[in-house]
Formats: sequence, C-alpha cells, structure tokens
Amino acid sequence: MGFPDVRIVICQTGVGNVRSVVRAVERTAPKTFEVVVSGVPAELAHADFVVVPGQGAFGAFAQSVQGGFADALQEHIARGKPYLGICLGMQVLFEDSEEAPGAKGLAVLPGHVRRMVCGVDPASGVAYPLPHIGWNAVEPTNDSARSSLGAVPDHFYFAHSYAVVPSDDSVALATTEYGMRFVSAIGKDNVLGVQFHPEKSQAAGRALLASFFAR
Amino acid sequence: MLTKRIIPCLDVKSGRVVKGVNFVGLRDAGDPAELARRYDEEGADEITLLDITATNEARGAMLDVVARTADETSTPLTVGGGIRTVDDVEALLAAGADKVSLNSAAVRDPELIARCAERWGTQAVVVAIDVRRRTAPTADGSAGDWEVVTHGGRTSTGLSASAWAKRASELGAGEILLTSMDRDGTLSGYDLPLLREITQSVSVPVIASGGAGTLEHLRDGILLGHASAVLAASIFHDGTYRIGQAKAFLQQAGVPMRLLADVVGARAT
Repeated sequence: MGFPDVRIVICQTGVGNVRSVVRAVERTAPKTFEVVVSGVPAELAHADFVVVPGQGAFGAFAQSVQGGFADALQEHIARGKPYLGICLGMQVLFEDSEEAPGAKGLAVLPGHVRRMVCGVDPASGVAYPLPHIGWNAVEPTNDSARSSLGAVPDHFYFAHSYAVVPSDDSVALATTEYGMRFVSAIGKDNVLGVQFHPEKSQAAGRALLASFFAR
Repeated sequence: MLTKRIIPCLDVKSGRVVKGVNFVGLRDAGDPAELARRYDEEGADEITLLDITATNEARGAMLDVVARTADETSTPLTVGGGIRTVDDVEALLAAGADKVSLNSAAVRDPELIARCAERWGTQAVVVAIDVRRRTAPTADGSAGDWEVVTHGGRTSTGLSASAWAKRASELGAGEILLTSMDRDGTLSGYDLPLLREITQSVSVPVIASGGAGTLEHLRDGILLGHASAVLAASIFHDGTYRIGQAKAFLQQAGVPMRLLADVVGARAT
C-alpha cells in the first residue's frame, strides 16, 4: 500500500460545525481517499476534491476565505478539480450578499445573495417564518442535475435566511419552494453548490456526497 | 414545501439519559448517543439534547456526549441546558452541535443572544422559553397571559411570554423553543392558546414543547397552534410511538411531513 492517490481537503473556515461535515465525508468517500481538514491555503494546492462548509454570517465567512484562501480556492476551481460548497460555501461563490454589504465573494459565478422574501402562508394565514429551517423538497431542474444531486429526489435539511440569485439561470441545478421559489443547488463544470446541509440530511445527504466523490 | 419537524428530546444528566427510556432492543438504554442513533435511523427530523446536570464538573461529560452523538448521526442536533457564555456555545458547536438553546442565561443577559447570532448566525441560536400561565382567558375572548420562568420553573421573571419572545427574536434568536411548564410531563397536550399567541408574536419558527401525550397532540400543535416543529420526549422514549408512525399519522391528517418509505415500511413489518 502506498500513499492514497486521492486527497479531499475540507476547509476549516473557523465558523460553525465542521466536525459533522468531516464525519459525513469520511463515511461517504471511498476508503482509499485521504481526508484532510485544513485552514491553510497551501493545502489546497494538492487537493483533488475541496469541500467548503459554512454556517453563520456571510461577512465573517467571506472575510475568513479572503487573501490566500480565496486565491487557492479560485486556483483549485480553475484547475478543473471538483469543488463542493455547502450553505455559505455555496453563497461565497457569487459576487456579494445583502447580508454583508461591501463584503466580497469569490465571484466564480455571476450573481448575488439576497434575503428571502416569502410572504404569507395561505394555509395558516401567518407569515412564513425566517430563517427557513427544516426539511424541504429539492427539485432538480433536469435529469442531469438530478444525477449530480445523488439521484435521490428527496428532502434535505435547510437552515438559512438568504439565497443565491445567479445571473445565469443555467447554473441552477435545483429549486425549492418556500413561499417563493429559490435556487437550492447550483452547478457549473467542476463546481457544485448546495444551500442545504447534506451532512445533516441522513440518507439523501449520503447519496449526494457519495455521488460527488464519484466524480 | 417545507415539512414540519418531529424532534425527540433527550434529557441528559452526567452523560446519561434520564426520564423513562424504555426502548426495546437497546443494549444500553441510558446512553444518549445510542438512543440518538436509533432516532436518526427512524428519520427524526432533528434531535435535541438537554443537559440537566446541576454541577459544572459534569459539563465535560456533556461535550463528550455531544461529540459521540454528532459522530454517530447525520441529523441536526440542538443542545441546551446550562449554557452561560459565548465560550460554552463555542465548545458545544465545536463538539458537533448544530444549534444551541439558550434559556436562563439569555433572560439574565439578553445581549448573549446577539453575540451568538453575530458570530454563528441566527440559525444556530435557539432561545428556549419556559412559561407558566399567569392570568386566565377572559369571557371577551382574550387568551390571558403567560409568565416566563427560569431554572426549571423555580424562578419567576415577571416577563410576559410574548414580550420576551419578541425581544429574543429581535436580538437574533433563529427559533423559539416554547415549553408550557403547566403541561410539561402531563401528557395532556400542548398549550394551544399559548402557541397561537407566540407564533403570532414572532416571525421566526416556534417549536412546541410540553405536554405531548398522543399523536393527536402533535397534530394539534402544528395545525391549531401553528408550530413549525413539535418536540416530545416520553411518547417516543417509552416506545408508545415510533417516529415513522407519528409521521404517517400526521401526513394522513394533512400535515406536510418528510416520510422515509424504507423506514415506515420497516416499522410496519
């Protein structure tokens, strides 16, 4: 046995629960893959897969990936290697967010992050609560998108108040309904981003992660 | 459509589950991580661990419980009980909690809510509000009033439940976990007028707690109380109902639910 051929780097951005992402990746990645958790940009230079988890506020998160980290993430994506962004790790791919005016995203994809405006639930007559918390249906835009999301048309766990608004509709892999229809997964070439939390989505999440590591 | 959540709650003391746990087939009925794994497999929508340890010495045991539970499940995990500082929150999130539930400390120092929300986002901050009815409903249709209590109901605060819920959500609480101390442990159903009062007062999700004894109670908490989620302990721990069974019932009653076909099927055999 030599060194593992394939290296997964999970970015330690210092915000929220990274431990659960690490465990979920360890459970779903092939056994021969090496899983590294790192907050050091240089580690990304040797990554085959990069996973960027993120909870919390866009401003703090965007700041934590600025500088060397932003460059390393952009280089990884430019090399054509798979990138999975979860929640803020997806939002940060866009230009900016209403949550933190002035804070810059990676601008890998054109578009913005906006606060959700959901209106009133006709069933109860009460405004849809925000944050949008809980399990909601993720509806793929087409069959190829479905396969990128683990081929399980199912519910995933969400916890957020902001959602991405891509300038280019074609990057939307899935949408979700919550008083409004928002983009809940995006994909372009080697980049996959999900607003929900696969690491907290039981079997559906495991299917998605396994499919990502099969790229 | 967003589905409604069923949340089993485990009371943990010095690292062990307390309160009538009677699950068939569990090797160790007292281990929170093992019970949590069972709920994870049954498709619980979230799991809440409540630390009811009275001493600081035993708090280390809770971090270990949180870590083992997070490692063995892929279900969102909320941890509450005895959280006093931002450092306490950080330790729990680092151990694998997705959300923390603040209670007495938030009443004493409301800015704690804001500090946590700024750092980890509102979605990670639950404010638990324990209340007791103060004034009865009146003939003219007023629902009456509830007072916030802390320290397991031993301390009165003078705060009205709806005023505190509003304040907490404005400070950054992403959810309100609302427990009726009048109903807690009675298995007589959630306090529906209380739920309606609070769900109308705040714009964040409200989790109903205290009193669930039947599946009809869960249904009423959602359909009549407008709760986004229902939390229960006894009816799941003592094996009266399985998670999948409760979900199938609620779905039949018109509540949007996430059903796991395989889980429901497995329980039916």
